[in-house]
Amino acid sequence: MTNVLVCIKRVPDAAGEVTLTADAQAVDARFVGFTISAHENCAVELAVRIASQEGSGTATGGTATVLTLGTDDAVEQLRTALGLGCSAAVLIEADPAGYGPADVAREIAAVVERGAYDLVLLGNDAADTGDFQVGIRLAHALGRPVVNGASTVEVSQEEGTADTAIARVAGPDGVETYQVPMPAVVTVLEGGVEPRYPTISGRMKAKKVKIETVAPQREPSGSGRVRLLLPPAQPSAVEVLGEGPDAAKAVVDLLEKLGVAR
Amino acid sequence: MILVFVETDATGATEVSRETVTFARTLAERSDGPLHAVIVGDRPAGVLDQLGGYGVSEIHHATGDGVAAYGGAAWAAAVQAAVSATDADVVLAPGTPRGMEVAAHLATRVDVPMAANVVGVSDGTGADGAPLRVARQVVGGSVLEEMVLPERPAVLTVAGHAVVDEPGAPATAALREFSPEIAEADLVARVVSIEAAEADLSSAALTSARVVVGAGRGAGSADGFDAAAELAELLGGALGVSRVVTSLGWRPHHEQIGQTGSRISPDVYIPCGISGAIQHWAGCASSKTIVAINTDENAPMVTKANYAVIGDMHEVVPAVNAEIKRRRG
Ligand SMILES: Cc1cc2nc3c(=O)[nH]c(=O)nc-3n(C[C@H](O)[C@H](O)[C@H](O)COP(=O)(O)OP(=O)(O)OC[C@H]3O[C@@H](n4cnc5c(N)ncnc54)[C@H](O)[C@@H]3O)c2cc1C
Ligand SMILES: Nc1ncnc2c1ncn2[C@@H]1O[C@H](COP(=O)(O)O)[C@@H](O)[C@H]1O
Repeated sequence: MTNVLVCIKRVPDAAGEVTLTADAQAVDARFVGFTISAHENCAVELAVRIASQEGSGTATGGTATVLTLGTDDAVEQLRTALGLGCSAAVLIEADPAGYGPADVAREIAAVVERGAYDLVLLGNDAADTGDFQVGIRLAHALGRPVVNGASTVEVSQEEGTADTAIARVAGPDGVETYQVPMPAVVTVLEGGVEPRYPTISGRMKAKKVKIETVAPQREPSGSGRVRLLLPPAQPSAVEVLGEGPDAAKAVVDLLEKLGVAR
Repeated sequence: MILVFVETDATGATEVSRETVTFARTLAERSDGPLHAVIVGDRPAGVLDQLGGYGVSEIHHATGDGVAAYGGAAWAAAVQAAVSATDADVVLAPGTPRGMEVAAHLATRVDVPMAANVVGVSDGTGADGAPLRVARQVVGGSVLEEMVLPERPAVLTVAGHAVVDEPGAPATAALREFSPEIAEADLVARVVSIEAAEADLSSAALTSARVVVGAGRGAGSADGFDAAAELAELLGGALGVSRVVTSLGWRPHHEQIGQTGSRISPDVYIPCGISGAIQHWAGCASSKTIVAINTDENAPMVTKANYAVIGDMHEVVPAVNAEIKRRRG
């Protein structure tokens, strides 16, 4: 049995043009949808695989619980993860705006200590704040080992030996392997697995799951944010050479002029 | 006192580390204090002269079994020992995966905040004990955040390719070797084996090419790169890609251009099907001429380029290749 906790964060979908709120403290999310980061999507996928024993090493199955610290709106993201195969969800109900990575890690640690989670998966970095810290601070608070930026995670469970998590990381000199005893913390970098799509039956099941809501343990100490700024817009000076394949002549003329075509 | 964690490879300090040292030197000059570096594990030949030339007066070199293999906690313990020995006010690390990891472990261990992906210091030098105010990239680089680091040491990472790598006057740094004691718990998570990739991992061809043809998500699949690669070959250049392409496993990481890839400065860069996100731009901004090929006339790569063709790369690039071959006869 491996009980996995996977941590996700609701963030504005900032793929399009980004605008800020009047007080410059947040991205104006009135006109955009919400999502979680690509790293967290992969973490959810890995959690579901380990719990359901699909291509997850020698794991003998278990549970996948999804967690977020956020407002009531973040239930949307928890339900999505439930629809993908997580079987339980925890909402630490708080406005994440006032929380720095140390605050978030402390609150997650409190939940981990109450439950019996063998493995905690997080994203490598959150899509909005990009702090690159919650996993490491969490592991430190729990006194557990942490592997960062894993593309894949497998669980090895063999008779007579301690359970271990085997994580693969794309390092500067090739693919690195880490093997850590559980309980452990692993942060996931997108790319190692293809996240699944929700099924209709998965979505139906997700609707019925009762989400456990807990209050934060302490007042947050803050994120250090003074304000947000948008980088100044640069006027465009582009010269359009043409549209479609007909522009090929103009392109080659230009490349010849620049002295790189022959 | 300013201390930089420097990542090295066989040739010396890595590019983002040199950028970080350049950034740190400006901070050190403003505070009129010394600039030191800390290296963990292997020490490449020539690094004392190399970093000396960037204004580093002392290099703290951590050696020993505990740090021989990479491990975030163990390496951070080594850096922490150097921080204690030097009483550093500000600790900087490159905004690379390992730089981020070591800095986050360090900040956690000394219980201070950390600012990731810093691009500028808007207030303070760190030396006078006053809070340091930094600007850093958030929301995937599309927004800047001003953040205060009130505690000492201030720990931050510098975003890749956001600052110029610029040596100062030639000099040699002094060497201080030490072998930090690493606690058992810090040795648990470390690299146990490395499978070297079979192909040539080097990005040298990409970073030295006069012409680079780029290909992004617009390539559509792992099989969508043939025409772009052919164009690169016809122009005697190299193929580069966006991070989406490497993340999806379509092309190897050493071909990636951008903040977490290579920085290129060719005479001509031809990005095809690349939107031009800020992290990609960080790696190609110093190209002399940019000729974008994209279906979207409003893509940032198009509006920032010098020239553009609006169209499907799978039609435009083969037509360009055919035209080049036609003219060559
Ligand atoms: C911390 C961090 C670091 C990052 N580092 C990097 C980095 O080093 N390098 C990097 O590249 N990214 C990096 N990114 C990711 C970056 O934010 C973008 O997600 C990425 O660059 C987008 O890749 P893309 O342009 O290929 O894909 P997309 O953004 O999806 O753009 C695809 C483009 O192709 C066009 N297109 C689609 N089909 C066609 C077609 N048939 N013909 C022509 N055009 C077409 C579309 O109009 C669009 O403009 C980083 C992100 C973060 C958060
Ligand atoms: N409010 C939150 N709720 C749950 N998990 C979070 C929250 N913030 C961050 N995380 C997790 O920590 C990872 C790293 O975040 P960060 O350190 O903020 O970049 C994210 O990818 C999430 O998995």
